[in-house]
Amino acid sequence: MSAVSNEPVSALEVAGRPSPNLLRRLPDSKVAMFGLGLVLIWVIPALLAPVLPLKPPDAQDYLAMAHPGSSASHWLGVDPLGRDMLSRIVWGARTVLAVAPVAVLAAYVVGAAMGLLAGYYGGWVDAAISRASDVILSFPVIVLYVILIANIGPSVANIIVAVVAASAPGISRIVRGLVMSLMHQEFVAAAYLRRESDVFVMLVELLPNCRGPLITDFCLRLGYTTITIGTLGFLGLGLPPPNPDWGGMIKQATSMITVFPHMALYPTIALVSLILGFNLLADGLTELSQAD
Amino acid sequence: MSLLEIRDLRVEYTTSRGTVAAVQDFSLDIAPGESFGLVGESGCGKSTLILAIMGYMGRNGAVTKGEILFEGRNLVRAGREELRRIRGARMAIVYQEPATALNPSMTIGQQLIEVPMAHGEATAADARLRAVRVLADVHLPDPDSVMRRYPHQLSGGQKQRVVIAMALLANPALLLLDEPTTGLDVTVEAAVLDLLNELRAKYGTALFYISHNLGVIAQVCERIGVMYAGKLVEEASAEALFALPRHPYTRGLLASLPRPGADKRTAPLVPIPGVVPAAGRAPPTCGFLSRCAHGERGKCDASVVPLLRAAPAHVVRCVRWAELPAMPPAAPPALANAPTDVGATVMEAHDLTRVFSVGRRKLIANDHLTLAAQRGRVLAIVGESGSGKSTFAKVLAGLDAASSGSLVVLGEDVARRPVRRRAAKLVAAVQMVFQQPEGTLNPSHPVGWPLARSLRKFGIARDRRTVDAKVAALLEMVRLPASLRHALPRQLSGGQKQRIAIARAFAGNPELLIADEPVSALDVSVRAAVINLLLRIQQESRTTLVFISHDLGLVRYLADDVVVMYLGQVMEAGPVAALFDPPYHPYTEALLSAAPVPDPTVKTTRIRLEGEIPSPLNVPQGCRFATRCPRKLGRVCDDTPPPLREATADHIIHCHIPIEDLRAVPPVFARAVATAH
Repeated sequence: MSAVSNEPVSALEVAGRPSPNLLRRLPDSKVAMFGLGLVLIWVIPALLAPVLPLKPPDAQDYLAMAHPGSSASHWLGVDPLGRDMLSRIVWGARTVLAVAPVAVLAAYVVGAAMGLLAGYYGGWVDAAISRASDVILSFPVIVLYVILIANIGPSVANIIVAVVAASAPGISRIVRGLVMSLMHQEFVAAAYLRRESDVFVMLVELLPNCRGPLITDFCLRLGYTTITIGTLGFLGLGLPPPNPDWGGMIKQATSMITVFPHMALYPTIALVSLILGFNLLADGLTELSQAD
Repeated sequence: MSLLEIRDLRVEYTTSRGTVAAVQDFSLDIAPGESFGLVGESGCGKSTLILAIMGYMGRNGAVTKGEILFEGRNLVRAGREELRRIRGARMAIVYQEPATALNPSMTIGQQLIEVPMAHGEATAADARLRAVRVLADVHLPDPDSVMRRYPHQLSGGQKQRVVIAMALLANPALLLLDEPTTGLDVTVEAAVLDLLNELRAKYGTALFYISHNLGVIAQVCERIGVMYAGKLVEEASAEALFALPRHPYTRGLLASLPRPGADKRTAPLVPIPGVVPAAGRAPPTCGFLSRCAHGERGKCDASVVPLLRAAPAHVVRCVRWAELPAMPPAAPPALANAPTDVGATVMEAHDLTRVFSVGRRKLIANDHLTLAAQRGRVLAIVGESGSGKSTFAKVLAGLDAASSGSLVVLGEDVARRPVRRRAAKLVAAVQMVFQQPEGTLNPSHPVGWPLARSLRKFGIARDRRTVDAKVAALLEMVRLPASLRHALPRQLSGGQKQRIAIARAFAGNPELLIADEPVSALDVSVRAAVINLLLRIQQESRTTLVFISHDLGLVRYLADDVVVMYLGQVMEAGPVAALFDPPYHPYTEALLSAAPVPDPTVKTTRIRLEGEIPSPLNVPQGCRFATRCPRKLGRVCDDTPPPLREATADHIIHCHIPIEDLRAVPPVFARAVATAH
């Protein structure tokens, strides 16, 4: 036997190290778990909305309009048109929680592709993508949304388009930076020595190693997008009525805010708690990834 | 009275998994003016010890037992203010990385003047005078201009001299050195070590030198301590330690290094099995037991082993020390008895040139390289960083393309054909093992994945069962358990990762393997095992190995042929035996002289190069080496490229000096060669 055979290679001797999978280690962070809790407070009722004993969100109760505050039949009162606030907030959560993740995911597909191409090829590809991103990033985000939505009209699809246009450049920058530093790693050279294609190197060798920072950023962006959807609703550029929309609900109630503050207060609390949940989740993930 | 006295020290870290003792039961004395070296691999607690002495323990670390007496004061109990007065004034430290030790936004002068002024010892004018004087002491040319420069305007070696100057400014009684030459080129390292010896003689400063490199320690230190798993396992004078190492770990470290004059056929390296245990994971009785070839259950793990006196001034922490000399270490079989015969030429570069454009300037990384490798032999390419070794490796592997010239590999010119333009068979035939174990495997995929992928891409195996069987065979070949294929790279040690990298390179049955410093990032005790493994597979498969290294000791051990490169050109080439005896190229001679030898009895001729390797953006006109050559003839060297001189048919030297004169140069290892034979 050769001399090297006696090296005892106790397999996985160091298996006690923390798992690289951030999501699996989530329970280690109190902040992340608190954030997750806040998010779940909205996710669970949103999922169960059709089976919950709620009043239809569009049904008007003209009798309740005389006393729009909390009552036995309307726990959170009714809005200026006599619709049940609780039902509209829960159904509104459904809208936000469906639109925000889809919009951010779409932004990720576009942004990651841009960042991969820019970081991988460099040169004029990078210059073109980066300059285009700079142009978009130079607009104040809210102005960008207003311009886009005002032109293409308010609808779920168009909100997603607007979020993609506004978020993809930022995602692209993160991915580009990560890819550029990963490109110098020797495992990329090893992939070339197997004759792997560019697409393979980008998607299989590089992209999976970006996931740590991207998971955190994804949660942050969910928060931002929730703000965006709320803001668009408030500006009257959100989902067209009668869809229950938190931002729209706040706007509708502003004229009566001194008389019936609850009409604006409850959707605001809903919006703030959800955004806070996403942000705390992101903070917790950052904390976990830095603990390595 | 001793200058530094450490008594029964225990340093603990608090982690999420409880407290871990990084240093335990540690005692040490350093007399004024003495030079003490502490050797140990990474994770043995050397750096923690330094931090404890300096009082720089982080928030989660603390000295929980024992005392550190410096000039009679206990540093463990000292207040912040007292520590501040001692640090920098009576005790100074030089860290490994000179680039981060200097403030990039201040001139060298500002940073030096600050030191005596911060201690309230001097006025600005006085401090300035002292700074200039100490810069002259560390042999920086033109100290006044250095004072005005910023760190980025100095080279790595110059920066380390400035850091040493800064440490010496207050004339400290003790200088702590934490791997101060790791990361510097050998020629620069040798000059820094000379400087330390000279300064110690001049100022009488005691040195506490920490390193993993026994060769470096042997050159600087009078007394040596060996540290393992947080404990001192042996301490003796340098001569005694190298002549008769008493602890199995010390014996193992020395046996895993190539001895001067030995090669793979006469004296194979003996690796130490296993890896250094994580801090606090070693058993309390004898931390080395699990890796020890002479350990005996019931004897070695019966009780905590104390430091035992083996001889006057020689202590060892081993219960069996007295029996050890009778138990020689199990030597592995020598690789092959006959030297590898010269086979067909597998790779031949002719006038190979690679020029990069940097703005409008040209960076010449490879300049008309002409060299060849024969089947089944090991060709070593040596040279300092910046000599163009790695650029050549990349062109050869197909990760880069040459600018001009030819590079014939297995009958095809591939100089301007990177991997994408090479046939699959040729790509499989030319593979590479990289330097950094950390970067060589994709952290997102299990370690079996690149092996399986290579097998599929090279058409060695297609269906799942064959691939699985072949992956298992590859792991077996590099002596790793088959179960490891599902592990993620972060769960492997550095040595294990390099084994996977070797297995990956051999997946496609390569004809030519390029290894770019494959063991330089590994711990000393693991190196030997990886080198032995690589050589065994190489020899069994008759693969040609192109081994790139800056470590001449290692090159002498494993190479059949050697090419010495400098600034993109070949200086000397020939069979390994011819290269280590005169005639030498003056650059080879300087490299050999600079290489640290892990044996204080070996005396080498002292040839030190001036300055550092010039920028490849601005290469000298005549001989590339003329600007630093200690044997420069005169104008002809500056103006005319040197002729090719043949010492023998296969040993060539590019130099203006006639071969007869080069032959008359005294050998570098005068006594080493005499004692080896």
